Amino acid sequence: MNHVMQSRLPPLERANVLDLKGDMSLAAGNRLAMRDLADGLRLWHLAWTLGWLDIRLRYRGSILGPFWLTLSTAVMVGSLGFLYSTLFHTDVHEYLPFLALSQVLWTFLNTLVMEACTCFTSAEGMIRAVRMPLSLHALRLLVRNVLVLAHNVVVIVGVDIIFSVWPGWHAILALPGFAIWGVDAVAVALLLGAFCARFRDIGPIVGSVMMIAFFLTPVIWQPEQLGPNAVLLPFNPFYALLEIVRAPLLGHTPSVDTWLAAMLYSVALCGVSWALFVRARGRVAFWI
Amino acid sequence: MVRDARISIAGVSVYFPLYHGNSRSLKKTVVAAASGRLGQDKQSRVVVEALRDISFTLTSGDRLGLIGANGAGKTTLLRTLAGIYEPVMGRVRVQGSLSALLDTSLGMNIDCTGRENIMLRGLYNGLSRSDLPRLQEDVAEFAGLGDFIDLPLRTYSSGMMVRLGFAMATAIRPQILLMDEWFLAGDAEFMERAQKRLEDMVRGAEILVLSTHQTAVVQDWCTRVLWLDQGRIREDGAPETVLASYLGHPVRPKEAVQG
Repeated sequence: MNHVMQSRLPPLERANVLDLKGDMSLAAGNRLAMRDLADGLRLWHLAWTLGWLDIRLRYRGSILGPFWLTLSTAVMVGSLGFLYSTLFHTDVHEYLPFLALSQVLWTFLNTLVMEACTCFTSAEGMIRAVRMPLSLHALRLLVRNVLVLAHNVVVIVGVDIIFSVWPGWHAILALPGFAIWGVDAVAVALLLGAFCARFRDIGPIVGSVMMIAFFLTPVIWQPEQLGPNAVLLPFNPFYALLEIVRAPLLGHTPSVDTWLAAMLYSVALCGVSWALFVRARGRVAFWI
Repeated sequence: MVRDARISIAGVSVYFPLYHGNSRSLKKTVVAAASGRLGQDKQSRVVVEALRDISFTLTSGDRLGLIGANGAGKTTLLRTLAGIYEPVMGRVRVQGSLSALLDTSLGMNIDCTGRENIMLRGLYNGLSRSDLPRLQEDVAEFAGLGDFIDLPLRTYSSGMMVRLGFAMATAIRPQILLMDEWFLAGDAEFMERAQKRLEDMVRGAEILVLSTHQTAVVQDWCTRVLWLDQGRIREDGAPETVLASYLGHPVRPKEAVQG
């Protein structure tokens, strides 16, 4: 009976050779880190399914499911929109579409960074049970947050329809911005994931930093409100990165300065992240 | 390309860093209790030397049993073979596809149903989506879970988890199977089927590494035994020889014929 059962499935085909050495050279460490990333990308099917299951499990048994996210975002954007347009003395027809977009995009970035801190510690059971590329957990986190974003996009579209705003063809320029976000998200997850696994104090610190960044970045206030001081904005990494996606969706083209700043920050982030990942990759299993 | 399975371990040491808590005072208090297994690494951090200078080679057909007291390093050695822990010193070379049954949770998500967990495992092993229903059917049939296959794992008994884990780890035939002793929690009927499936696998010239406290299991299943003591190999050889010195009395040689 067993023979019959087993012959129906193909044997495990990955002709893999695992070769690990203590006291590796940096080049060998780099090779293993690259292989980790390549393996993670090859398993994108799994990353996708894990991210999707995360969302489904979070809302299993609830009636609206993930659309609770949409609803709460809609309520928040609606109430904040009317409040702040009064406080800032701006026209709600102009302000609310801006706020809806900003708020949804910022929530995405903020959640991504916060969850990056627990990227590896929350996958402890998996990491200690089978050898898996660590980058898979970073991709899973990205998938999960993109799915959440997709639910919140409904709010942006709804507000745009109500106030009949249409960004026009500029919106296509947001796509390269999103691509950069995707790369940065994986970099942040690998960086903070490893760092927070080793030093447990980092998580709360990141939380505080993101809170300060929220107020210093034009999310609920508009860049023009800074007046002449707006030239300082590209020095805020969060502004540069937010703007390359937000501006096109509002129907503007981001300035060259903003683009350059965003690229620079991304390259720096990826560089730091990779340098740490090469060193930390083999140690993460001991830290969690 | 199918290559013969092979494991070679040379001079492998694995240290666990102790980060949390005050390592200095911890060092003072634990040194005596841990009987010299605490050391310091290059950066003078306190570490537990979980494995020290382990070397052996396994080739197709080998069935290795790991014995030793609690905390002797059996599970750490299995995790090192699985590539989960990377060695601090020495070299681990594992050739061939590998499946590991290390702890009951097996990295399964207890909020997901059995079927979803099987799907995740299949995707991890690189099966295409069209192969997944077949895998789910096979695993469900072998594990004998009935309708529980569509319920979340948190509703399973520990025996059911064991059956699911074992069925999953062996459904897609790995060349190398690593097992910790917990899987022996299955009932007698399942154990018999499990042994049949394992023997099938090993007959196909594959490698089994098994960690256990039960000498009967070692005698039944293993062709070679490694006695670990405080992270070192104390003795390595035929089951009867090593078991005799481990237990302190000779063991009855088992009957050569099975089934």
